[in-house]
Amino acid sequence: MSADFTPTAKPIARLIEEFNKLPGIGPKSAQRLTYYILRAPAVEAEALADAIRTVKEKVALCSVCYNITDTDPCSICQDSERDHSVICIVEEPIDIIPLERTTKFKGLYHVLHGVLSPSDGIGPEELKTRELLARLNGGSVTEVILATNPNVEGEATAMYLQRLIAPLGLRITRLARGLPYGGDLEYADDVTIARALEGRQEM
Amino acid sequence: MNSPRVYQTEAIVLKRIKLGEADRILTLYTPSLGKIRAVAKGSRRTTSKLGGHVELLTHSQLMLARGRNLDIVTQAQTIDNFLALKENLDKLSFGLYISELVDSFTPDHVEDRRLFNLLLDTLQQLTQDKDASSILRYFELRLLDYLGYRPQLRQCANCGSPIKPAVNSFSSKHGGILCHDCGYQEPSARSLSLNALKVMRLWQNCEYSTALRVRIDSKLASELEKVMREYIKFLLEKQLKSTEWLDKLKRDSSLQLRENAGTENRQQM
Repeated sequence: MSADFTPTAKPIARLIEEFNKLPGIGPKSAQRLTYYILRAPAVEAEALADAIRTVKEKVALCSVCYNITDTDPCSICQDSERDHSVICIVEEPIDIIPLERTTKFKGLYHVLHGVLSPSDGIGPEELKTRELLARLNGGSVTEVILATNPNVEGEATAMYLQRLIAPLGLRITRLARGLPYGGDLEYADDVTIARALEGRQEM
Repeated sequence: MNSPRVYQTEAIVLKRIKLGEADRILTLYTPSLGKIRAVAKGSRRTTSKLGGHVELLTHSQLMLARGRNLDIVTQAQTIDNFLALKENLDKLSFGLYISELVDSFTPDHVEDRRLFNLLLDTLQQLTQDKDASSILRYFELRLLDYLGYRPQLRQCANCGSPIKPAVNSFSSKHGGILCHDCGYQEPSARSLSLNALKVMRLWQNCEYSTALRVRIDSKLASELEKVMREYIKFLLEKQLKSTEWLDKLKRDSSLQLRENAGTENRQQM
C-alpha cells in the first residue's frame, strides 16, 4: 500500500473518485454517496446506473431546434397543433421551461446553446446560428422572437441576430424588457425603468 | 484586519462570472482600491435589487461588506449605465474590448485613479458618435503609459540615436521606435510610417479632446491598430479574446457595405 490513504477496496475508491468529479461534490460528500450506494438495495443502484446510461445513450439534440430531446425531431417540433411560422430563440434548453410553463407561446423554439461573449472567445460560430439561418431560409417562418437574457451578452446576441436575420425580411421581435412581477420600483435600475416607460401600455 | 466592516466605493464593472444558483462574482475597477472582486448575491434573479446596477460596463456607487473570502455587494446605485453604448452592437463590442484590456493588464488591489478616470472618460466617449478607432488607440496608449509600458517614440529604443523624419520601424520587443539601422537588424520590427509616429507621439501627451480632433484615414487607422495590437500581444503574451470578435464585426460590416452599394436596399430595425 502506498503512503496516502486509500479505502480498502478498489471499486469503492473508484466510485468515490467518480462522484468527486461532479460539480458541488467534494471528497467527503463523495465518500458519503459511495457508502450510501454500497448499503442501498441492488435495485436502487441498478436504477441509478441505468438512468445514467440512458441519459447518455438516448438523449440528443433535436435536429430542428437543438433542444435536448429523446426523440428526433423533439415533441415540440413534431406537434402539428403548434404554430410553425413563429420561432422563439433562446440561449439554453433550460430557458424553454419557463416559456412553456406560461402556456402562452404556441410557436417553436431554437436553442443557441450559449450567448455571444467576446471576452470569453465565444462568437457566433460557437452558437447554433448557422443552423438558425438555414432553418429560416427554409421559408415557412414569418416571425422570430429574440428571447435571449436581458443583460449585456443577451442584448449583444439579440443585436447580432437582428443584423444577421434582417436581410430575410421576417418580422423580428424582442421580449419586452421592463419591471419584473413581484419586484420593487425603488430598486429597479435606470435601464429597466426607462424601458418600462417606453413600453408602457394603455389600461 | 482593522479596516471597517462595510465600505463604499464607486466602481466600473469589468467582468462578471456566474456563481452558484443566482449569484455572480464581479470584477470591479475602483478609483481608490484598484481592481477588486466581489460577490453580488442573487443578482441573476429577475427581482434582484442589485440586478441592473451591477451589470457589465456600468458605473455604480456600491456598498460592500467584508466577507471571509470575497467582499459582498450589499447595495448598488447606478451612476452611469452608458446606455447608448449598450444599444449599439459595435460600441458595445468596443466597450467589452476595453474592459478585457483593463482586466488583463491590471493586478488586484493596486490603486490607479488616473486609470479609473481614463476608463470612465473612454466609456463616455464611446457613447457618442465619435471615431471609435481613435478612441480605442488613444485609450491603449494612455493605458500602457499609466502601467509603465509607455512606448519610446522620441529616440531609437535600442541605440538612443535621434529618429529621422522618414519611415522607421516599431519593435514590440524594444518597446518603441527603432532608427533605420537598428530596425534593419531587428527582424521582428514592423515598419512605421511617419504619420503614424506623429499621431502616436501626439496621443501620448494630449487630452481626449485634442486627440479626437486629428483626422485619421482608414489606412492610417489600420496601421495604428496593427502596431498597437502587436505591442499589446507582446506585453500580455497572449491575444485578447475580444479582438477576434472585433475583426469579425469589421469584416461583416464591410461585406454589408459592399452588398448595400450593389443593391441599394437599406435595412432597419
